[in-house]
Amino acid sequence: MTTKTRLLLKLAGATGALLLSLGVAAPQEARAELRIDITRGVSEPLPIAITSFAGAGGRDAQLGADISKVISADLERSGLFKPLDPRGFLQTPEQLRSGEPRYQDWKALGAQALVAGNTTTGGDGRMKVDFRLWDVAAGQYMQGLSYSASPQEWRRIAHIVADAIYKRLTGEDGYFDTRIVYVAESGPANARKKQLAIMDQDSANHQFLTDGQTLVLTPRFSPTSQEITYMSYFNKKPRVYLFNIDTGRQEVLGDFPGMTFAPRFSPDGNKVIMSMAQNGNTDIYTLDLRTRRQTQLTDAPGIDTGPSYSPDGQKIVFESDRGGTQQLYVMGADGSGVKRLTFGEGRYGTPVWSPRGDLIAFTRQRGSSFAIGVIRPDGTGERILTEAFHVEGPTWAPNGRVLMFFKDLPTGDGRGRNANLYSIDITGANERRVSTPVGASDPAWSPLIP
Amino acid sequence: MLKTKVGRRLFVGDWRKEAALVLTSPANQQLSFKGSLNMRMKFLALAAVALLAACESTPNDAANGANTGAQQTSVRPGSAEDFVVNVGDRVFFGLDRFDLSPEARATLDRQAKWLQTYGSVTVTVEGHADERGTREYNLALGERRANSVKNYLAAKGIPAARVNVVSYGKERPAVVGSNEAAWSQNRRAVTVVN
Repeated sequence: MTTKTRLLLKLAGATGALLLSLGVAAPQEARAELRIDITRGVSEPLPIAITSFAGAGGRDAQLGADISKVISADLERSGLFKPLDPRGFLQTPEQLRSGEPRYQDWKALGAQALVAGNTTTGGDGRMKVDFRLWDVAAGQYMQGLSYSASPQEWRRIAHIVADAIYKRLTGEDGYFDTRIVYVAESGPANARKKQLAIMDQDSANHQFLTDGQTLVLTPRFSPTSQEITYMSYFNKKPRVYLFNIDTGRQEVLGDFPGMTFAPRFSPDGNKVIMSMAQNGNTDIYTLDLRTRRQTQLTDAPGIDTGPSYSPDGQKIVFESDRGGTQQLYVMGADGSGVKRLTFGEGRYGTPVWSPRGDLIAFTRQRGSSFAIGVIRPDGTGERILTEAFHVEGPTWAPNGRVLMFFKDLPTGDGRGRNANLYSIDITGANERRVSTPVGASDPAWSPLIP
Repeated sequence: MLKTKVGRRLFVGDWRKEAALVLTSPANQQLSFKGSLNMRMKFLALAAVALLAACESTPNDAANGANTGAQQTSVRPGSAEDFVVNVGDRVFFGLDRFDLSPEARATLDRQAKWLQTYGSVTVTVEGHADERGTREYNLALGERRANSVKNYLAAKGIPAARVNVVSYGKERPAVVGSNEAAWSQNRRAVTVVN
């Protein structure tokens, strides 16, 4: 059984839209499934053999080898897979192309899953990549997919293949074909230069979006378009802006008398929710991007900020000091029915609703101790994932299984600070530094690239 | 090159220039300003030096005013330098607080008097927070602090139209360091002559 679908890929910074044809060869479902239970936390990562996607030679051979490296690195970074050293492989990619795997050979290496692939460039200059996945222990074929795209898009194809393998083996959507927008930091701590920057989730294809002449903070991706909302001190007037990644165009959002900040998109991409501070009072507002109508949602005296929508758009979590200290609250999308969510010791801020809807991530502060944690939207199940002086600003991978945040640590001489990005599994396992060319804070994870 | 003797290391920056103005403290205890300075930077630097020389660990609003002595000779009355050196441009706040201490009110009384004397001057009050808070909360807190100053000045007869406010949250610390001495100097509102 084969189904054919076509996806339109819109890529920023590339040569515009390109058409990716996706041939899906869905195999018959296996019974005794090879499957990673990712809800368990630190289980043993699954040993997986990923052979070179090398094509017939020349450029295809190099591309194919590079593609397997990117797939291996993606799966390894997830903490759920252990790619095996290819130097131990006994069957060549050519042998796997033409026939069945010799399961005994792969079993002997300790592999539980096997991936083989092929890269060819057609007469039209387009690259075709296909892969197959086998369950080694069961001696069964699991999945095969084929993609074609411009050769410049080889990294995206690799991420898409990694997402397919992740999904087939965990049952959850992948998150490798995504990008990170963040604030790149350089210069001394008291006059920090801050620029918007964007990169793939594996740190490749890094580019700066702004030049650092103006202080910028808290970028967040649109769920539906190649746009970012963020805060800028352009002309010394701190306001929320919209940045178009394709065109570089920046535009102030709304006409507010006071400072606007803490912006996030609504799940349908049609609104930006944010805070406005005026006369010492901070409240939450929405701006409808189509009608440009501004709506005030809170009017309590004090600081109401950090709003984030639930994925169904029905609720909003935010932080407020209306009860005396900074705590998390949930209200309806129209501002009605405010309920306090956190009652723990300390101060709670930067709530972000998971794209799956099941959890809200936050930053918690007790004295000088900062932590990243999660809590269920009904206020139960609070868990701390990582703690340091200081960590801040979680953002969700689109599958709701991984968080990214930043750590701002004092330098060795105690006279400065260095901020860097980290990712962590929602079980609290697999905390890893995310590589950036300069210091980094305020990360925001994109949705899966459409 | 401006040189002055101060027995303490510090950093001074001016975000307006996006340029680092770094004070280094070599073994001979002389501070040297690196890079070319315009007048405003000099004023800020003088103020910071005077301030830090006056208070070793905790800020003292009163000391930030008329008693700093040495560098007053060439100050033009009514100038930004006059305000910084002879009036005192900043007040400090307690942790997560935005109420004004008696020292802060004394400084603001001097600011109000000066602003009444020089009635055409407008100012921007910049509110700041220390690093122990989340970025967005601190932006709101800085705005609250700047407004405390604006409201106090208004109560002393300075029209709101002459006083602009802006918050920098924890983005622009006056003193770099993760200790109470640094934090207490960073929880501040600074009145800047436009």
